[in-house]
Amino acid sequence: MELQLTKKEEAFRQEARAWLQEQLNGPFEDLQGRGASGDQDTYIEERIAWSKAMGAAGWNCIGWPKDLGGRGCTVKEEAVFYEEYVRANGPGNVGHIGETLLGPTLIHFGSPEQQKRFLPPIVSGDEIWCQGYSEPGAGSDLANVQTKATLVDGEWVIEGQKIWTSGAQYSDWCFVLCRTDSEAPKHRGISYILVPMKQGGIEVRPIKQMSGSSEFAEVFFDGAKADEDHVVGGVNNGWKVAMGTLAFERGASTLGQQYLFQKEFEQVVAVAKRTGAAKDPVFRQRIANAGIGLKIMRVNALRMLEHEGADLNREALIGKLYWSNWHRDLGKLAMDLLGQEAELLDGAPYELTAMQKWYLFSRADTIYAGSNQIQRNIIGERGLGLPKEPR
Amino acid sequence: MELSFSESQDELRRAARRFLEVASSEERVRAAMETEQGYDTGVWEQLSEELAWTALTIPEEYGGLGMTYRDLHPLMEEMGRALLCSPFFSTICLGANALLLGGSDDQKQRYLPGIAAGETTATLAHTERSNPISADDVETTYSPNETGYILRGEKRFVLDGHTADLLIVLARSEGSKGSEGVTLFLVPGDADGVKRTWLPTMDQTRRLASVELGDVAVPADALLGEEGGGSDLCGQTLDLARIALAAEQVGAAEMCLEMSVEYAKVRQQFGRPIGSFQAIKHKCADMLMMIESARSAAFYASALAAQGDPNLEEASSSAKAFCSDTFFHCAAETIQIHGGIGFTWEHPAHMYFKRAKATEVLLGDPFFHRERVAERMGL
Repeated sequence: MELQLTKKEEAFRQEARAWLQEQLNGPFEDLQGRGASGDQDTYIEERIAWSKAMGAAGWNCIGWPKDLGGRGCTVKEEAVFYEEYVRANGPGNVGHIGETLLGPTLIHFGSPEQQKRFLPPIVSGDEIWCQGYSEPGAGSDLANVQTKATLVDGEWVIEGQKIWTSGAQYSDWCFVLCRTDSEAPKHRGISYILVPMKQGGIEVRPIKQMSGSSEFAEVFFDGAKADEDHVVGGVNNGWKVAMGTLAFERGASTLGQQYLFQKEFEQVVAVAKRTGAAKDPVFRQRIANAGIGLKIMRVNALRMLEHEGADLNREALIGKLYWSNWHRDLGKLAMDLLGQEAELLDGAPYELTAMQKWYLFSRADTIYAGSNQIQRNIIGERGLGLPKEPR
Repeated sequence: MELSFSESQDELRRAARRFLEVASSEERVRAAMETEQGYDTGVWEQLSEELAWTALTIPEEYGGLGMTYRDLHPLMEEMGRALLCSPFFSTICLGANALLLGGSDDQKQRYLPGIAAGETTATLAHTERSNPISADDVETTYSPNETGYILRGEKRFVLDGHTADLLIVLARSEGSKGSEGVTLFLVPGDADGVKRTWLPTMDQTRRLASVELGDVAVPADALLGEEGGGSDLCGQTLDLARIALAAEQVGAAEMCLEMSVEYAKVRQQFGRPIGSFQAIKHKCADMLMMIESARSAAFYASALAAQGDPNLEEASSSAKAFCSDTFFHCAAETIQIHGGIGFTWEHPAHMYFKRAKATEVLLGDPFFHRERVAERMGL
């Protein structure tokens, strides 16, 4: 079941495939399959070099308008590119946050000066971004951020703490939700400020996750400085900007993700055959269920990509909840199929097998980028028009 | 493959909904539920003669409109949504499909124009036991006589079997075993020796019957398809029917969600609408996720069927398994969300809950279909 492509789109696919194959079987061969979920803290320097090579060849930010350095690709073309990227075993993209979150935010809410200053280095791969949203007391209740920014002598001075910040260790910049008016109601006193990471007032402490790797970090701001003009969308208007960012997710990465899931599912089937679990009627039910679920995910995605119009359709609203549940269940199924073998590591001190990695990491899938509970709120309120929780 | 509904399919859906809001209102469904026939003859005439739904998937050379399963899909969803009481499913999705797949030109000419016009109803009489899946289980026999064949046995769980004008009966040659010797026959519902009995069911929106065949003589040209080919032909027919049934389940599940959401918006407890509580909101969100996914499974299968793809087993079974689970889940949650009122006879929730169970076990339950998918995956 393939996406229906025009001749032009098919030519685009071939062009992307040729470049990716050449690079990932040539100079960047070592990066194949590295830096994925559960492995994002490896090969950092090499992946930054890869991001620059992508930029030089015009493969970063392909969905952005041409006059801002992109290729003006449609969502469908973007989806095709991501699919080819995963098919070629491309590495986890360190430029992801800049390309998919900050860039679109600046394109929509940024001043011309901000766009001119920040967009080109995202396209070229020269500046890496991280997202300063969550705090110890502001997770699902994001508007409760307490990190404070004060204007002192024409500069923002920032005090506070962010947490669960992916890639903070190697990022050049961070977009930080700060409280700039502590008197205002909590949604109205927030600003979206662009903060350089390589400065004395910032300390990054990696968080060791249950998988043993450290892909997230805590970020401490102790008198960190930011330019007065680097507020996006106006002072105290940061909540609107942050919520706008959520709407830019176009679902283009979904086909690539499913290609990865397909490979994982095939590994699960292979394990079932090897261990003999494939003969067990209960496991057969569970494996078939996972297989059916994966096919449905694909049709859901194709329907979403075929949908024309600016509104987020129902298939897009259910996407995150659907895939994260499916992936979590697949991880559990893989371990169940392995029986006691599931316990054995690849080696000491704590070298996980590939299956153990996605078994453990899939527990984060249902939490990050809007937990399942938040996703259900969004589906209920935006998709079904149910009344909001009184706040 | 296009996986979204086209403008003309959307238009068909809107027209169907407008018609069914009146013709299959709750009041009229309840009235049909009370009758032995199980459906309103006037509504049947309207939907076949005026709206030509029965003609939709019949080729033009047999008096139909020559449209595809993609076009049928939105209609099935709407029929499910309205709990339409009708022999449409048995006549078109079982009867006409069996004729289209296995019939000779003569047989098609004899029956399809009547089906397209709504003058002939039909059904498939393939089951005997309560686990109606394998042709191996067929005990009804046929044996040749001078002019054709004699059929003997008893079919059970026959959809609309007590009213259908044409019964398509699965039987085996005497002494045969397994799927060998299994053959389909076209038997007029009023043939001598046919005794038909309505089997009252928990779901009152669709009728089941038993059909006793006491030495029923049929002519030689009553044999449908190849002699001994009944197992495959019946299987292909069932796969097409399952896809339509899955679409029907999606529409019904969506109606359950809409009822739940409407109620959750107006029902107040603790001083606020219950839909503002996450306990209710999250149930509704899960229902929406399942319904849109079920629609994907069913519409993908419909699109494959429309292309004439001969390998429908996996898509058909996937759709039937997932849509059955979805409808049952949504119907059960609808009762829970409505609280006490949802448990009453007066409220329609029970009608959906019962239809959910009935369609879940019809043409193979989810366990059967997942096992079938496992086989197709090479497990």
